[in-house]
Amino acid sequence: MTTPTAREKHLIRAYGDRRDDGIIQLSFTLPVIASEKAKEAAKIYCQKLGLTDVKVAAVERAAENYTFFVVYARSAVVLDYNEIDTPEIVIKKKSFHDLNAQIEEEIARRVVVFGACTGTDTHTVGIDAILNMKGYSGDYGLERYPWFEAFNLGSQVPNAELIRRAKEKSADAILVSQVVTQRDVHKENSRAFIDEAKKQGVLGKMTLLLGGPRVDHKLALELGFDAGFGPGTKPSDVANFIVHQVLQRMGKEQKGAHYEGEPT
Amino acid sequence: MSGLFITDEQIAQARALARDITDPTFELIAKNTTVSVERTVLRWFGVDGVGTMGAPLVNLMVDRLKAAGVLNKGAAYWYGRALRMGASSPLDAVERLTAAPLETLKALPAGEEQQLRADVRAEAEAMVRELKDRVAARQALKHEFPMAPTPHKYLIVATGNIFDDVDQARAAAQAGADVIAVIRSTAQSLLDYVPHGATTEGYGGTYATQENFRIMREALDDESKKLKRYVQLTNYSSGLCMSEIAFCAAWERLDMLLNDAMYGILFRDINMRRTFIDQYFSRRICAMAGLIINTGEDNYITTADAYDAAHTVIASQFINESFARRAGLADWQLGLGHSYEIDPHRPETLLLELSQAMLVRRCFPDAPLKYMPPTKHKETDIFFSHAYDVMADLVAVWTRQGIQLLGMMTEAMHTPLLADRYVALKSASYLHRAARGIDEEFTVREDGKIANRARFVFGKAIELLSECQKDGMVAAIGRGRFGDVKREETGGKGLDGVLEKAPDYFNPFLDIMEGR
Repeated sequence: MTTPTAREKHLIRAYGDRRDDGIIQLSFTLPVIASEKAKEAAKIYCQKLGLTDVKVAAVERAAENYTFFVVYARSAVVLDYNEIDTPEIVIKKKSFHDLNAQIEEEIARRVVVFGACTGTDTHTVGIDAILNMKGYSGDYGLERYPWFEAFNLGSQVPNAELIRRAKEKSADAILVSQVVTQRDVHKENSRAFIDEAKKQGVLGKMTLLLGGPRVDHKLALELGFDAGFGPGTKPSDVANFIVHQVLQRMGKEQKGAHYEGEPT
Repeated sequence: MSGLFITDEQIAQARALARDITDPTFELIAKNTTVSVERTVLRWFGVDGVGTMGAPLVNLMVDRLKAAGVLNKGAAYWYGRALRMGASSPLDAVERLTAAPLETLKALPAGEEQQLRADVRAEAEAMVRELKDRVAARQALKHEFPMAPTPHKYLIVATGNIFDDVDQARAAAQAGADVIAVIRSTAQSLLDYVPHGATTEGYGGTYATQENFRIMREALDDESKKLKRYVQLTNYSSGLCMSEIAFCAAWERLDMLLNDAMYGILFRDINMRRTFIDQYFSRRICAMAGLIINTGEDNYITTADAYDAAHTVIASQFINESFARRAGLADWQLGLGHSYEIDPHRPETLLLELSQAMLVRRCFPDAPLKYMPPTKHKETDIFFSHAYDVMADLVAVWTRQGIQLLGMMTEAMHTPLLADRYVALKSASYLHRAARGIDEEFTVREDGKIANRARFVFGKAIELLSECQKDGMVAAIGRGRFGDVKREETGGKGLDGVLEKAPDYFNPFLDIMEGR
């Protein structure tokens, strides 16, 4: 019989202004008229969430029949931080210059990337931030990388068209941006994209990336993409990931390796 | 004469350049019509409803006329022919026309032809009077319940379901909103028809339909009376059905419409010729119905960089103004668009934003202007995001913007929650209250950063306008001068819906609106 190895625990609680005070802040709206009763309802609501020491800080009449609350309370929830599982960091994110140099040396050709907002989505803000020259938050877009060849097809591009165009240029990666998320239209369209990728035989051959404000890595993997990039993603995150994938496909990098900054 | 930053002569020069730039398109507009313009004519005669397969009757009728190769005489003419065939109602007219052998239908004797046109013209005049009566009813309500002082706080609802939208709109109005916009379902601009009836399913927004307009305006009329403050309603007259939406909005007493002469071309890849023709007819309707238009220059600086492309906003505003004035719109109807979009990581952005907003105000002193909040550089840290929006509130009141879209602290995350709107309204009201009149207290130094930046941007706008004047708008758009987007004259969607008018083309509504 084997006994589990004893591991040191690292217990954490939410931090307000003292260790382990468990203070959290939250705000929400209840569909009732603002009143003392509404305030009490907000308090009970928070208690039912398992919170204690509930302080309803603000009770605001957001509209005739709606009240908005700001609440501070304590949570007794404790986590063992050492039990949190995150991918190991084995590859360091490279700078603009170093990444270009690596492509030149190890791939020895330009990395071809296609991107678009597919389906009915008209919001190009995400794909533009990643691909356009200018980039995002002081981080250059892929068009600026001399060793990337980036094609931004814009918005409302049919999935089939994006894949067809990418195939014509033997692209290394396709970026699909989905900004509109109402009624989960982004998931529906992303599934349709993967179906189309299977049909056109690029699944598993090209790196397929999904991005958007409600996208995370886990969701993207579930949908069949190679990675997902959510809010705050910088173009350099995407560039590093693509290079890392291309090298893997060339057998120059270990499968299953992760790089620093890869979506987790 | 000199004023803030630049001289009046310089502004007059920009205006003259814009006029030269828009000139050639008016030749195109005069010679051609579109399927959407013709559908608008039929809607105005009262052709409403859908056929058995759900297609709007106006589409069925116009498609039939187009297929028969006779649409170039104008849908109004054929409507008149149907009446002479004994049609007893607009629906009956559609049925008779779709059944008639249009290809072989002979022209009427000259006298009868003249009578037909006179009859249809009389009916058009009656319909125009009815539209004006509806507009007058709106004016009366506005008079009874005056609007709050400007900037008018503009809030968006976008649930996809018009009835849920009504709840959200009422809540926003109660919290202080002055203008409610119902965002359209994603990609509606690419539909070459206007959906019919009340709708409860949409993506990223709610379909713009005449019935949805009616439902929302009715709710806001009710709310205006309760609040004793008129609450305005706006929607989007862009895409392939610009003029039809303009008509539906005018008829249902909307107060504003997004309506841009170039937006569809640049951001929806709608054909240039189609857009120029459609925007003209739609703006004629807006002019007559007293609708304020909102232009979309703010979009340029969400695609291009707001610092580098500031001059494209100014240049485009002069072009949009020229198109608008030539469609009969008055200055008070021009909600020219611009926004607070410079990357906040740069230094001195408050000065830069003030400079830009002051420059726009200087160039268009009598226009209400439409000021957009930051979106492109929004962060998911809602606390920062909220502070960022508040700076736009300050600039809006400082530069006397007529219409201000309120930023949402959850921009870049999800469609606004009810509480997001409430929080935005509360702080915008505070800033407007706290800083109203600040422009009269502080004089901007003529040798400072704000003035020098404004002069620089204006100078580049003149350069761009000069380039457009020399090479033409088409060439300038082809080079990606606006919003970094490149388009060709014969590219994009909807060109097949453009057709040259026959010499005896008949459109009594256009005649009336153009004062003939």
